[in-house]
Amino acid sequence: MKKITTLLSAVALSSTVALSPVQADDMRIAIVVKALGIGFFEAAAKGAEEAATELGGVEIIYTGPTDTTAEGQIEVINSLIAQKVDAIAISANDQDALVPALKKAMSRGITVISWDSGVAPEGRQMHLNPSSNSLIGNMIVKMAADQLPEGGDVAVLSASATATNQNIWIEEMNKVVGNYTGINVVATVYGDDLSDKSYREAQGLMASHPDLKAIIAPSTVAIVAASQAVSDAGRAGEVLVTGLGLPSEMAGHVESGASKSFAIWNPIDLGYAATMISYNLAKGEATADAGGEIGMGRLGSVTLSDTLDGAMSDPFVYDASNINDFKDIF
Amino acid sequence: MNSQYPNNASEMPDRLHGPLARMLASWEFLLIIVAVLIFFFNTQASPYFLDAWNLSDATFNFTEKAMIAFAMALVIISGEIDLSVASIVALVSTSMGFAVQLGFDTPSLILIAIAVGAACGAFNGFLVATMGLPSIVVTIGTLSLFRGIAYIVLGDKAYSGYPDSFAFFGQGYVWWVITFEMVLFMIIAAIFYVLLHRTSFGRSVKAIGNNPTAALFAGIRVPRVKFMLFVLSGIMSAIAAICLTSRLGSTRPSIAVGWELEIVTMVVLGGINILGGSGTILGVFIAAIVMGMVTFGLGLLNVPGIVMSIFTGLLLITVIALPIVIRRARQRVAN
Repeated sequence: MKKITTLLSAVALSSTVALSPVQADDMRIAIVVKALGIGFFEAAAKGAEEAATELGGVEIIYTGPTDTTAEGQIEVINSLIAQKVDAIAISANDQDALVPALKKAMSRGITVISWDSGVAPEGRQMHLNPSSNSLIGNMIVKMAADQLPEGGDVAVLSASATATNQNIWIEEMNKVVGNYTGINVVATVYGDDLSDKSYREAQGLMASHPDLKAIIAPSTVAIVAASQAVSDAGRAGEVLVTGLGLPSEMAGHVESGASKSFAIWNPIDLGYAATMISYNLAKGEATADAGGEIGMGRLGSVTLSDTLDGAMSDPFVYDASNINDFKDIF
Repeated sequence: MNSQYPNNASEMPDRLHGPLARMLASWEFLLIIVAVLIFFFNTQASPYFLDAWNLSDATFNFTEKAMIAFAMALVIISGEIDLSVASIVALVSTSMGFAVQLGFDTPSLILIAIAVGAACGAFNGFLVATMGLPSIVVTIGTLSLFRGIAYIVLGDKAYSGYPDSFAFFGQGYVWWVITFEMVLFMIIAAIFYVLLHRTSFGRSVKAIGNNPTAALFAGIRVPRVKFMLFVLSGIMSAIAAICLTSRLGSTRPSIAVGWELEIVTMVVLGGINILGGSGTILGVFIAAIVMGMVTFGLGLLNVPGIVMSIFTGLLLITVIALPIVIRRARQRVAN
């Protein structure tokens, strides 16, 4: 019998540790992420907890597989269906593979939404994008304009010339650049998302446009390379770098003054909004219809498109005032 | 075959090591007790466990892996190992996805899957059996190779758009909560039981695992048997790939990543001697159910996946160490 007890105590031990009270709250919302142990998603979970505290009576089940695989997420979804949770908000590893499992969840009365990385429309009630192309296009030029009250020459340092996302954002930016008086886009160059090429292109921009006031880099690789090039040329503060970047990579350049501000989605807000939307849909306080609006607490509300997706907000702006809170997160 | 002989004196034993025989003979019994206790524990830990549909969903946690585990059991009994199985699943799934883009129908997809799986297995088998290379090195190599091909073909893309009729294999129900996969799992278990315990091929496999040289002198065509075992392992991986792909409805190169370790754990937990030579299909069958229930039970308690991996690791070490520790303890008592 000794051997049986040995085996079983291992089972019992690993289970009781995580034994949580069941049905303690009125509503249980599962936040399912691509994989556990990723800073971006841990931050989203923080936002979800914030929303739960604000709402009251909500338990957040933060879960996900160890590898970023679809079958791992399906196992998680099956166990959530079995627990009869009220809502599942998922960032998907595969937009198609999760559809059968999520359809099953919906057929058992569970509210299903996707956020960050979407699921095909038939597998969810709505999808929450962190932002939208037009909001991003506007934000990258707005950040430059805010720092340049007198206007001036700005240049764009993008990823590759064929990068779909960047091209759309630049196109959207060019549509609204007229709203910012005095801002003059003098060049668009491509660093192919390679650090060294982006660095040389940034040097080239400074050399060929002596009056350049700002470099807009809508790529996380290009913004770091451009900041470095500006610092190395001793022109930090004269040529401002802005665009889309990661707080962890940009913290040093914000400190040195090469970049005053940059933007990217805020994972805390994203987790918060996903929880609020799940709550409102599960409570029946909102329905996911094309053109409809769903409340997101302190973030206002999201308007759904024909494909039932919506944009949360403007990209979140990071500067000297908040970068230290985020640089360890992602 | 046994009936030809008047008594059991000439039977090849399922178990080795005389003094251990009694303890090991009850391994399956022990597993059944563990299974019952885990079942009971789960019903106490979560009110959601005892539900026909939930239990039905939970079987997906192990049926596909168990199909491969049966073939792996035979490979391990023969004294070899096949670590490339999960990568074969990925390559087979990618091949089916590629064929779908070319407009092949469901029956052709099945044929393509089996052919690719068998070819992968034959490649392993050729290197191990014909070239005489160590299987652990060969299959670590093909583990990277097969999945590497899937990554080259797919990159960060995915194949989807499988025909509707293809969905039955991974999503179909035969009757009420009984899935097609469950039925297939039972049938495959029965086939492997007969193959290992009731045919001369099964006896050859055990003989090779016990002593390949003696087996060779006994007239067993050792390389041929080993080659066939790797092909079998490839084919079973292909069948699992069909079920998994059908269940997911899409193919990504990361499909089934890490499965080889769970499958080896299942086999060893089932009482197959990791050094080869002995083991039973019944043991693997019960071990598959035990692992499925543990994973599902922990999932219901929202235990993070990483804790489950820790649990699997502990289980594997415990199961390998337990017989050795007990044997030493007995020897000490005997002395």
